Amino acid sequence: MTNLKSQISNFRFQIVLVVLTIAVLIVPVPLTWAAPQERHFRIEASRYQYMPSIIHVNLGDKVTIDLTSNDVVHGLYVDDYALNITADPGQTSRLTFVADKPGTFALRCSAPCGPVHPFMVGKLNIGPNWLLWRAIGAASVAAFAGLWVFKRGR
Amino acid sequence: MHLELTKVPWLKRLLVSRWPLFLLRAATLAGFVLTVVAGLAGSPVGSHNFAIIFVWVAWWTFLKLIAIPLGGRAWCSVCPIPVMGEWMQQGALVEPGGRGLGLGRPWPKRLRNIWLPTGVFAVIGLFSAVILAQPRVTGWVLLGLIALAVVLGLVFERRAFCRYVCPIGGFIGLYSRVAPVEVRVRDRAVCATHQEKTCVTGNAQGYGCPWQAVPLALTQNTNCGLCMECLRSCPRDNIAVNVRSFGADLAQRAGRSLDQAYFGFMMLGSVLIYSTVMLGAWGNLKTAAYNVGTPAWFIYSAVLLAFTLGVLPGLFLLAVCAGRTLAGSKVPLKRTFIAQSHAIIPLGLMAWIAFTISFAFAKSSYVWPVLSDPFGWGWNLFGTAQWPWTPHLSSVTLLLQVLALLGGLVWTSIWVRRIAQEELPERSAARQSLPIMLYCLLFTIGMLWLLVG
Repeated sequence: MTNLKSQISNFRFQIVLVVLTIAVLIVPVPLTWAAPQERHFRIEASRYQYMPSIIHVNLGDKVTIDLTSNDVVHGLYVDDYALNITADPGQTSRLTFVADKPGTFALRCSAPCGPVHPFMVGKLNIGPNWLLWRAIGAASVAAFAGLWVFKRGR
Repeated sequence: MHLELTKVPWLKRLLVSRWPLFLLRAATLAGFVLTVVAGLAGSPVGSHNFAIIFVWVAWWTFLKLIAIPLGGRAWCSVCPIPVMGEWMQQGALVEPGGRGLGLGRPWPKRLRNIWLPTGVFAVIGLFSAVILAQPRVTGWVLLGLIALAVVLGLVFERRAFCRYVCPIGGFIGLYSRVAPVEVRVRDRAVCATHQEKTCVTGNAQGYGCPWQAVPLALTQNTNCGLCMECLRSCPRDNIAVNVRSFGADLAQRAGRSLDQAYFGFMMLGSVLIYSTVMLGAWGNLKTAAYNVGTPAWFIYSAVLLAFTLGVLPGLFLLAVCAGRTLAGSKVPLKRTFIAQSHAIIPLGLMAWIAFTISFAFAKSSYVWPVLSDPFGWGWNLFGTAQWPWTPHLSSVTLLLQVLALLGGLVWTSIWVRRIAQEELPERSAARQSLPIMLYCLLFTIGMLWLLVG
C-alpha cells in the first residue's frame, strides 16, 4: 500500500515536472513592446567579421543596414528573412526591411570572401531572445527532473 | 526493448553475404579517391570543391545526425580508409582464402587504449580551421590517413589503425555506446563449449574478428566494427544482431576507463571551442584559428588544449568531489570520476548533433553545385552547377538545436543518477548527482548561449 502511494506520488511529481518544463518553453510572456521606429546601422565587413557583429532591434522596427566592405567582396544574408546584399570593396550597399519576425537570425556572408568565408557570421536579435531564456529555464527544470524522475529500474 | 534482426531470414542472408559490404566499400573508396583528387587538384575555393563540401558538410552531417546515433560503428564497416590495408592483409577482395601480405605483429600493449586517438584528435583540432577551409589540406590529411592505415595494416595485425589510432574511430566508438544496434552472442554457454573460437581465429567462412574483439566478451559497442565477420565464422549460429534501447551500453560497468573518460572530455571541450570559433560572431577568433604558426594561433592552441584536457575534466573532478562529500561516499574518487564521466556521453553526442545542425542545413545547398562541378573547373555534369546557395530550414534550426541540447541534458541526468545508484543508496546517489548535474547544466547553458544566444 505504501509502495503504491509512493508510486502515485512520484507519478504526480513527474507530471508536474513535465508540465512545468513545457510551460517554461511555451507559455506566452505578457510584455509591452516598444513602439516601432526606424533604425539605421552601418556594418563594416572585413575578412571574416562584421562590425558590429551583433545588432539588436525591436519587433516592428524598420531596419536599414548599410553594408560596407573594407577588403574584398562581402555579402550579407539574413537567415529566415531570405534577404541578401553584397558590397564591393570600398562600396556601400543598402538593405531595408521591417523586422516583423521575432527571434535571433544569423547574418551570413553570401559572397565567397576567402578560406574562412563559410564561418563569417553575425547576429540580428529582434526583440528579447526568449528562445534562449526559455531554453535555459527548461534546461534547469529538465536537468534536475531527470535526476528525480528516472530512478534506477523505472 | 530487444529485437533480434538476425531472426529475419532475408536480413540475415543480407548481413552474411560479403557482396553488399564489398560494394558499399568499393563505392566509398571511389568517393574517397574523388575527394582526395578534388582536394589536391580542384578549386582552392572550399565552397566550390567536392572535397570540402562532401567531407565536412555531407559526410559529417550524415555521420553525426544519422550514422552514429542510429548505427553506432556502422560507418566503420564501410569506411574507405582502412579498406586497402585490409585487402592487402587478407590477400582477397571478397571471399577469404587469399595469401595476405604483412607482418601481422601484435599492437604494442602500452598503446592498447584510446590515448593515441585522443592525441590525434587534439592535433587535428588545432589545425581544424585550415583543414575545413582549404581543400588541399583536406586532401593531404585524407591521403595521410589512408597511407597510415595501409602501413599499419601491413605491420600490425588486423584493424589496429581503426581500433587504436583513428581519431574518428575513437569518436564513433565513444558514441556508439548509445546507438540502438549491437552484435552480441546469443547464448554464452554455447560459446563456452566451442573450443575453436572461430570468431577470433577465423575459418573458411569468415575472418577472425578484425577489431581483435572476442564476441563472447562483448558487452559494449566501442570495439565492435559491425563488419559481421563473427556472424559468418560462427559455426553454431550463435551470433545475433540486435536492435536495443538507446544508451544500453552505459549500464555496463566493464570497459569504463580513464582513456575513454578523457576522450569524452576532449569531445565535450572540442564542441564548445568549435561552436565558439566557427559559429560565433568573433572574426578575430576565426583568424587566430586559421593562421597557423602565428602567435594568435599558438594562444588559440594552448587555450583549446588547456580547456579540453585540463579545465573541463578538472571542473568535472571538482563536481565529483563535491558530490562524494555531499553523499558521504566511500567509493574511490577515481572510480566515481571514471564511472560518472561515462554518464555524460549522451550530453556530448547531443551537443555535437546541435553543433552539426547549425551548419548542416545552412550549407547543404552547396552540395548540388559541387556534384555537377566537383573540381570547380566550370563543369556542369548534372545541370546543377549554378544552383544558388540558400540556407534551408533556418526557421526551425534554432528550435532543433534547443531540443537536441535539452534532450541530451535529460538523457545524461538519467544516467548520472543510475550510475550513482550502482554503488550508493538512493538518497546518497541523488546527493552525489547534484553537483555533476550542475556541471552538465552549465555546459548546456554555454552551448545554448553559443548556438541560440
